[in-house]
Amino acid sequence: MEGIEVLAAGITMGLSAIGAGIGVGVLGSKFIEGIARQPELAPFLQGRFFLMMGLTDAVPMIGVGLGMYMLFAL
Amino acid sequence: MAKDVMTTESYINHHLTNLTCGKTPEGWTCDPYKVDQMGFWAFHVDSLFWSVFLGALFILIFKSAMPKNISANSAPTGMQNFVEMCIEFVEDNVQSLFGSVKNTLIAPLALTVFVWILLMNLMDLVPVDFLPVLAGHIAYAVAGSGADGSGVAWITSPDSFYFKVVPTTDPNITLGMAFAVFILTIYYSIKVKGLKSFIAELTLHPFGKYLIPVNFVLEMVNFIAKPISLGLRLFGNLYAGEMIFILIALMLFFSSIPVGMLGFGLHLVWALFHILIVALQAFIFMALTIAYLAMAHETEEH
Repeated sequence: MEGIEVLAAGITMGLSAIGAGIGVGVLGSKFIEGIARQPELAPFLQGRFFLMMGLTDAVPMIGVGLGMYMLFAL
Repeated sequence: MAKDVMTTESYINHHLTNLTCGKTPEGWTCDPYKVDQMGFWAFHVDSLFWSVFLGALFILIFKSAMPKNISANSAPTGMQNFVEMCIEFVEDNVQSLFGSVKNTLIAPLALTVFVWILLMNLMDLVPVDFLPVLAGHIAYAVAGSGADGSGVAWITSPDSFYFKVVPTTDPNITLGMAFAVFILTIYYSIKVKGLKSFIAELTLHPFGKYLIPVNFVLEMVNFIAKPISLGLRLFGNLYAGEMIFILIALMLFFSSIPVGMLGFGLHLVWALFHILIVALQAFIFMALTIAYLAMAHETEEH
């Protein structure tokens, strides 16, 4: 039973990290692309970039939180 | 858990358990062993205390920054600069997301949400053991049950007093704020658009009027998901951050000196990274609050 819990927590954290990794990667590449095209928009884009990054980043963080909960508190 | 030997599990549980006071069949108590008897009337006293305390701190700081006598040629200094910076930052965001809509509630709400959540999140940067242990020792000194049977029965040692500091790692607090925003969204939707077009918005999208039940289910999921994701995002981020702080602290306690030194370095690195998360999550909660309320003010043409 202990092993199953560890596995579940690992899958939760790992898969959510993959998803967010791809998401933040796409976001970052587009951000750099946008700045390269129009450097004068950089401050505007930076704010939006961080907002979206926080939104994307939240999902794996919730995954990590739930995973840790499964491991230690359940 | 009044164990004499501290294990990894009991240490983590100690940090993740709220000081819960509630109504049991025998009356009001804060005994952690009776949490499951409390039912509905159970309060997380520590979360409530810290959130109210930090809210009061926010109001006091911002009030005291106001200059006593305003004259035209006196330049703002120190605290006033900082407060004006905060207000201008929030104002810029409200302006850019809200645009031309006239509503005097949004900007103060956004400022409150931003600064309050920022302060609550910043409690995460206080060393994980400091305040809980301090609170435990104070509680034991004031009301601990001694050998003579005086004091409160369940405080048998400083360790048996639970105290969780960061309010935003308590889902009750984050979901409470998220649902407050949700209720405001519904209120302004009905007030600005009228009940009829609010219902139309929920039922006539995306497939038109012949598939109203399907539309309603789809839109309802979308509608309910907003406050839940808003609250859980903040909770998840801070909870995971707190958890990692606790795990790093465990490295210091239960391992050899080299691992402890590594843990010290990791603590610093994670704290520095966590400053970003702390500010970013407060900003995101504020930005989404503004965005949801702006959505409530949009009148769509069908």
